[in-house]
Amino acid sequence: MAGWRPGFAQILGDRGGLVLLASLAGAAVLVPALNLLTPTASAIHVPTYLVSLFGKYLCFALLALSVDLVWGFCGILSLGHGAFFALGGYAMGMHLMRQIGSRGVYGHPLLPDFMVFLNWKELPWYWHGFDYFAFAALMVVLVPGLLAFLFGWFAFRSRVTGVYLSIITQAMTFALMLAFFRNNMGFGGNNGLTDFKDLLGFNLQGDGTRAALFAASAVMLAAGYVLARSIVDSRFGKVLIAIRDAESRARFLGYRVESYKLVVFTLSAVMAGVAGALYVPQVGIINPSEFSPANSIEIVIWVAVGGRGTLYGAVLGAVVVNYLKSYFTGALPDAWLFVLGGLFIAVTLFLPKGIVGTLPAPGPGGRWRAIDAAADRLARLFGGGRTRL
Amino acid sequence: MNPAPAIGASHDTAPTILYLNGVTVSFDGFKALDSLSFYIRAGELRAVIGPNGAGKTTMMDVITGKTRPDAGEVFFDERIDLTRLDEARIANLGIGRKFQKPTVFENHAVFENLELALAGDRRALPALFFRLGPAERARIDEVLTTIALAPVKNRAAGSLSHGQKQWLEIGMLLMQDPDLLLVDEPAAGMTDAETAQTARMLREIAVNHSVVVVEHDMEFVRDLDCRVTVLHEGRVLAEGSLDVVQANPRVVEVYLGR
Repeated sequence: MAGWRPGFAQILGDRGGLVLLASLAGAAVLVPALNLLTPTASAIHVPTYLVSLFGKYLCFALLALSVDLVWGFCGILSLGHGAFFALGGYAMGMHLMRQIGSRGVYGHPLLPDFMVFLNWKELPWYWHGFDYFAFAALMVVLVPGLLAFLFGWFAFRSRVTGVYLSIITQAMTFALMLAFFRNNMGFGGNNGLTDFKDLLGFNLQGDGTRAALFAASAVMLAAGYVLARSIVDSRFGKVLIAIRDAESRARFLGYRVESYKLVVFTLSAVMAGVAGALYVPQVGIINPSEFSPANSIEIVIWVAVGGRGTLYGAVLGAVVVNYLKSYFTGALPDAWLFVLGGLFIAVTLFLPKGIVGTLPAPGPGGRWRAIDAAADRLARLFGGGRTRL
Repeated sequence: MNPAPAIGASHDTAPTILYLNGVTVSFDGFKALDSLSFYIRAGELRAVIGPNGAGKTTMMDVITGKTRPDAGEVFFDERIDLTRLDEARIANLGIGRKFQKPTVFENHAVFENLELALAGDRRALPALFFRLGPAERARIDEVLTTIALAPVKNRAAGSLSHGQKQWLEIGMLLMQDPDLLLVDEPAAGMTDAETAQTARMLREIAVNHSVVVVEHDMEFVRDLDCRVTVLHEGRVLAEGSLDVVQANPRVVEVYLGR
């Protein structure tokens, strides 16, 4: 492929990515506009609860993207990414708790309600610093990243792979769930953190804040996609695929497989953490059930449904499955888990490449001609060549 | 370029590139290698033959760091003890390995397979920012011609025929440009024409690399025209030219007798 260049030009040469980025840009403008600028009674008005619901889907999409990065491209089937998501969420939740100040039910000037309830006299040391948004933002990245690094350091060096790795990632998230359930951990026990008031001075219940959070989620998802795409299109990404397909061959070529896995696993955990941090202010609560092993398995199903190893497929899968979930848990609550299981089985049997696998391949005369041509033109404009799909 | 060297002759004074000394490996009490000792001189092409279970693949595993021996030493370049290093370190020292079953990166194009094998920085973080230069492209194209895969360079490696995969793997070893190449049954499952072509490639490679070929196929070993080491029950049974080895009564007994 002549003119092969990683980075921006390449992303523009990628059809699915182009559609995704354009949709995100459109949504980031349109959804807040239709919410804020149209009268409530109007047919095109988007109610605030939908803005937050869509925002939640975008956070899940970012989470799915992070799982696709490790699973789709490096073959690391993590069944514990929900833990990184939840840790990012808790870091943000702790900041939001500090923002409540003395407006809690007990009106304590210093302590969050749950600490007053537990009769604690002072703030635990690990809560210090969370008054500052910048510190909390750092923790959103650092805590999941560090956990993933330590976990990966031991797991990948010991060459734990395949189903064994999946099992210990499940154990990790399960252990964290049990720990966060404990009241004396200082994270609100089984109630978690909630009753948030505002973020950076903006009321979290306000339409404007909700719209801004939605737009921020769209921007972060786009940024996450661009980052992930540049990673998988770089030499690093080619090595990841090489490791996924023939790990020992990669070793005998001189690649230190564990370093590659460690880097991508840590990056992916950071992405999951950011997704969690955006999720919490939009749903208004974070509790230990976010660590539940079943959550992490569900993320993998989103990716499988959308199409593993394509990045935009993960985004699509997360949105589609969560839309179905919203629908079924409203219309037929008892049926949802059967639908989810059935969906997974159906995709595994009939659509091994997921929903995006059913799309026509790029080429002249296809139904996607216009998009292909646009992708080509943009890519040439930025000096890069076309990439596959 | 020099023609392929005749059996052993020109290497008698060359330094030792690989020296195995008393290497023992047991699996659950079964000795796959039993105090195995032999050496390869720099620039040599050597065939290692032996019946199933003679320890040929285990020997490769020990040299490349996949298996740690229970006892013994393996010296590379007369200085470096390989038994202390992992696969990636050993590969970066300049030891390449071809597997019995062709292992290429099936989802990567032929070109990308060679690109990944290209000698150079193998670290993870620099790989994020790596760009392929024109000199490297030229080198890849050169190897594509050598292994007769230039016309299919943009095809996914998974779509190649069995023989083409074997050649691609040999091409990857060439890109790696190792000092010592270990080649496990390169002729397995090939047609006669492919086998002859493979022997030609290996002889060409052996002009400026040391090569150890593990093989079952006697015709192929004859095509290689090199010194032969016969392994049996984890030890060296005989060594010399193919004719000498085939005339050895102990070798005949191991292969045919009992």
